Amino acid sequence: MTESTAIPNRAGLGLKAEHYEAILGSRPDVGWFEVHAENYMGAGGPPHHYLTKIRRDYPLSLHGVGLSIGGAAPLDEAHLARLNDLAERYEPGLVSEHLAWSSHDEVYLNDLLPLPYTEETVTRVSDHLERMQEVLCRQVLLENPSTYVAFENSTMDEIEFLRAVVKRSGCGLLLDVNNVLVSTNNQGVSAEAYIDAFPLEHVGEIHLGGHASEEEAGGTTLLIDAHDRAVDDRVWALYARTLARGGTKPSLIEWDNSLPAWEVLYNEARRAETVIAAEAGAAPQPAASMQQTRHAAAR
Amino acid sequence: MPQHADTQNDFAAALCNAALPVPDAVVTPPVAGQDRRFDVYRNNRMVSLIEALEATFPAVLRLVGEAFFKAAARAYIDREPPRSPVLLLYGRRFGDFLDGFAPAANVPYLGDVARLEWARLNAFHAADAEPLAIDCLSALPPEDLGGLRFALHPSLQLLRSRWPVVSLWAVSSGSDPAAAVDMNCNQDALVIRPALSVDTRVLPGGGFDFIGALLSGASLAEAAEQAASNDPAFDLAVHLQGMFEVGAVTAVIPGSPEPKQE
Repeated sequence: MTESTAIPNRAGLGLKAEHYEAILGSRPDVGWFEVHAENYMGAGGPPHHYLTKIRRDYPLSLHGVGLSIGGAAPLDEAHLARLNDLAERYEPGLVSEHLAWSSHDEVYLNDLLPLPYTEETVTRVSDHLERMQEVLCRQVLLENPSTYVAFENSTMDEIEFLRAVVKRSGCGLLLDVNNVLVSTNNQGVSAEAYIDAFPLEHVGEIHLGGHASEEEAGGTTLLIDAHDRAVDDRVWALYARTLARGGTKPSLIEWDNSLPAWEVLYNEARRAETVIAAEAGAAPQPAASMQQTRHAAAR
Repeated sequence: MPQHADTQNDFAAALCNAALPVPDAVVTPPVAGQDRRFDVYRNNRMVSLIEALEATFPAVLRLVGEAFFKAAARAYIDREPPRSPVLLLYGRRFGDFLDGFAPAANVPYLGDVARLEWARLNAFHAADAEPLAIDCLSALPPEDLGGLRFALHPSLQLLRSRWPVVSLWAVSSGSDPAAAVDMNCNQDALVIRPALSVDTRVLPGGGFDFIGALLSGASLAEAAEQAASNDPAFDLAVHLQGMFEVGAVTAVIPGSPEPKQE
């Protein structure tokens, strides 16, 4: 794969099988694509056929959803090996996973489940990231979660937790701005304060997506990370706030359910590029890009 | 203070069983209903797994309808939760499960349709290989043909059914809504993906035994003999032609002078 690997500071789109033909037919001006790694863990067939073709023309980001980084048990080495095989095959410019757990007692729970933020879990998550980075021979980005509950035994907030994990493991961060709105709303804290406190200097990628909402009995509103609709205006505002402080970053539109026509998705990417262009015009770009940083052996 | 592993034990148990209380360690803002918040996780898990099964078994879904399918899927998920994060290959035992699912007892072919859809999913994701054309045999002396062994396409799968499984699938999947379904005929199916599309065919008589023998390493002559012993009308030339037509052969391995040699 001799084509460009680095992810540019542009809008990217989540790659969906439904859009393979539209993309290959028109080669749209999209900065990069991201795939869920687990969707390409079959041996062969159309998924690899199309991803290989699309990868020839676009940089790729590999986003894992199943490694259970926040699990109490050791990482699934077989799954890690599958992830590494994909990374070797497609040479992604970015690799990311979630601050969450999804497997327990060898059962895969297929959701990104929350964990308490404690010294113990800082160590656990950092150990898992160090192992992941050791196998993949590169830095990995860790994504802040959407949460619906908290834990009484948490001893620090999410940002303190993420800072501690970055310091200990050397990982970077993926800032999901929609998750910020969902979690802060559900935890009853300020989304703006969260964004303002986030260590943007460690952020290598941003996610933008749509969420569902429902009224709760007590008069509060529950937000649910659904990736089934356009990005909410409040998320766009938080995104602009993020770029204003941290500079432009590779920014992904996530739309995984109730998929729209290709043009609708493409227009969401154009909207993100408008925000990026406004910010790029307003301030000089940060000189250092972290996306090519190789992971130094963690100790 | 609970350890992380204990917290996850309690969380996972309550996640998979709505009869269990929300774990004590889980807290929500005072105004919110704790159970409703925890239910978001229960719902995410169950709905996404049901959707995964719906995506893999669309013909079963059409045959029984959405409400029935969801109930069957829930029961299956409780009994056979996924063991791997590679969810695209979830549902291996759904057909066997449906065989024993009492509410489906009056749809006795449902399990076979599910096994056919499972075979199609496996063919879709199987390793790729380039099929050979039948011309590759023309250079060989006729007396060498019987000793040949074939490497078959990695996506090739066989299914034997006492029902017209391929016709039932064709009608219910929408691939051939007008297909005639004769419930008194049984069908053997071949599923293969020589390039990008999965091909589902009814095997002619003897084909199941013939290809099954080749899959287990028999020579052409041995496989033909096995097929003919079960089906006296078995015609080797027709079957050989058919196998190459569907792209089933990816390598031809010459026989050795010693027929029983490994």
